[in-house]
Amino acid sequence: MQPDARKIATSTETAPRELDVAAIKADFPVLNQKVNGYPLVYLDSAASSQKPREVVNAILEHYRYNHSNIHRGLHTLAERSTQAYERTRTHVASFLGGVESAEVIFTSGTTESLNLVAYAWSDLNVREGDEIVVTEMEHHANIVPWYQLAHRKKALLKTIPITVCGHLDLSNIDAIITPQTKVVALCHMSNVLGTINPVAEIAEIAHKKGAIFVVDGAQSTPHTAVNVRELGADFFAFSSHKMLGPTGVGVLYGRRELLEEMPPFLTGGEMIREVRFDKVTWNELPHKFEAGTPNIAGVIAFDAALCYLEKLGMHNVHHHEMELTRYAFGRLAELPGLEIQGPQVVEQRGGAISFTDPIIHPHDIGTFLDSRGVAIRAGHHCAQPLMRVMGKVATARASFYVYNDKQDIDVLVESLKDMRKYFGV
Amino acid sequence: MSSQLDDMYREVILDHYHSPRGKKPLDKANVLSDGTNPACGDEISMSAQIVDGILTDVHVDCKGCAISVASGSMLAEAVKGRPYHEVLKLAEQVKKMLKGEADPELPVEWEDIEALKGVRNFPVRVKCALLAWVALIEGLKGYEHGTPGGKATVSTDEDH
Repeated sequence: MQPDARKIATSTETAPRELDVAAIKADFPVLNQKVNGYPLVYLDSAASSQKPREVVNAILEHYRYNHSNIHRGLHTLAERSTQAYERTRTHVASFLGGVESAEVIFTSGTTESLNLVAYAWSDLNVREGDEIVVTEMEHHANIVPWYQLAHRKKALLKTIPITVCGHLDLSNIDAIITPQTKVVALCHMSNVLGTINPVAEIAEIAHKKGAIFVVDGAQSTPHTAVNVRELGADFFAFSSHKMLGPTGVGVLYGRRELLEEMPPFLTGGEMIREVRFDKVTWNELPHKFEAGTPNIAGVIAFDAALCYLEKLGMHNVHHHEMELTRYAFGRLAELPGLEIQGPQVVEQRGGAISFTDPIIHPHDIGTFLDSRGVAIRAGHHCAQPLMRVMGKVATARASFYVYNDKQDIDVLVESLKDMRKYFGV
Repeated sequence: MSSQLDDMYREVILDHYHSPRGKKPLDKANVLSDGTNPACGDEISMSAQIVDGILTDVHVDCKGCAISVASGSMLAEAVKGRPYHEVLKLAEQVKKMLKGEADPELPVEWEDIEALKGVRNFPVRVKCALLAWVALIEGLKGYEHGTPGGKATVSTDEDH
């Protein structure tokens, strides 16, 4: 464990410290390369972040020296692997503001985490005529599992609309979240608009009406200190790969009482206590929800990612990205007509900036920028309902992380200017 | 500037992108086809008039990227005045060319269309170039199978 790192992360009262981005960049070997003849500028961390050397090494070391299956073996390697795996769980529990380790379930990612709730909790608790509330700004991963649930149970899927500024429109919230509402599920931060939602406020409304509150934290957890209890989340889902960790590892935090009453989601090995052909009893938390052999190396290496972030301090990470976002807004304004989606006030948003050019299609923007070594995302960002509300078919999105600096934004802006010349607009 | 980029955004393609042909809606049409590219949101709406087996006129309305707009515009220019069954065969050839399955010999007048081959270096952009052609193929097949007034709908997410 890294007690020192933990201390930094919790000392959010102190003034933010500037990140030494040059030193951070050096920790990410992948960034040190040319793409299409230009130095790589990676602005697609909202899709997936890059990995520091520590994380890559943790995977290598695990397979090189320690690998075994976990929880069952009686030999030394099994013990080492199990301890390392469980160490990550303890670490996640503290990273989320100090929850119980038993409340931390490892999944394959945010998508599986949300599906777990939409099946296991909801199958037990949602009935015909009940309501499930999501928002217009959700990623498909926080729409489709609820859509399927509504379909299975003949329940009603309702949405909280958004305002023209890209905030949730809470003016009619009492008509949307009602005593029939069983689940309110929303994103902490929008992957398209960058909006940071007033999660704790909505949690209170949901709980007053007797609903459970599910938070998709895929975009917020990598960028800001998260305390799931303070947010009022009954369930909180996020992915390792967007926060410097390996792909194929996700987390579902769930409140113990809810996890205890839930039936398992996936069934098989590990999640059972005893199996007979006429009766099966479930393992204790959190193992009840971790059927089969998990992504052992991935979970173990995720610990290195958490250590890396805590060494920087989540408070500082958040501050750094706000500074970059503020700078990007200033520089992107040099391109007349370029439209930035979502809140225009930096304090109300994160560092994922979706934009559109009045003439050039986002895919042409993406291809042109790639020819300059600049990696961004272009498309509907798995949020088609939101795109429809915005009246766009697609947007381009630049997103920032700890290894980005103002120079990266300069390259983006200069490349966009060149792009307009190239396409003759 | 990357030569692959210039290879895709050839001058002739940018010219079609800036001033797409076939923009004039038709008074009469007996071929109708709508196409979408769900992955990127490109949309095409196509109508054509066939008189005595000849494609006399084509209208293409494409909302999308430079490649999809240029591809639709080149199509509109190329197919006008040709027998539709010949166009159907040629369109299948272009489809194969864009997918990198063949390097067909196209009519001399279709030389420009070969410029679209540049997308083969950008696998995710192949569908952009394909959209207009699969929409045309499905529209003509619909006409051939006698579904007058019926509209073909096509998505490049299906196996084309």
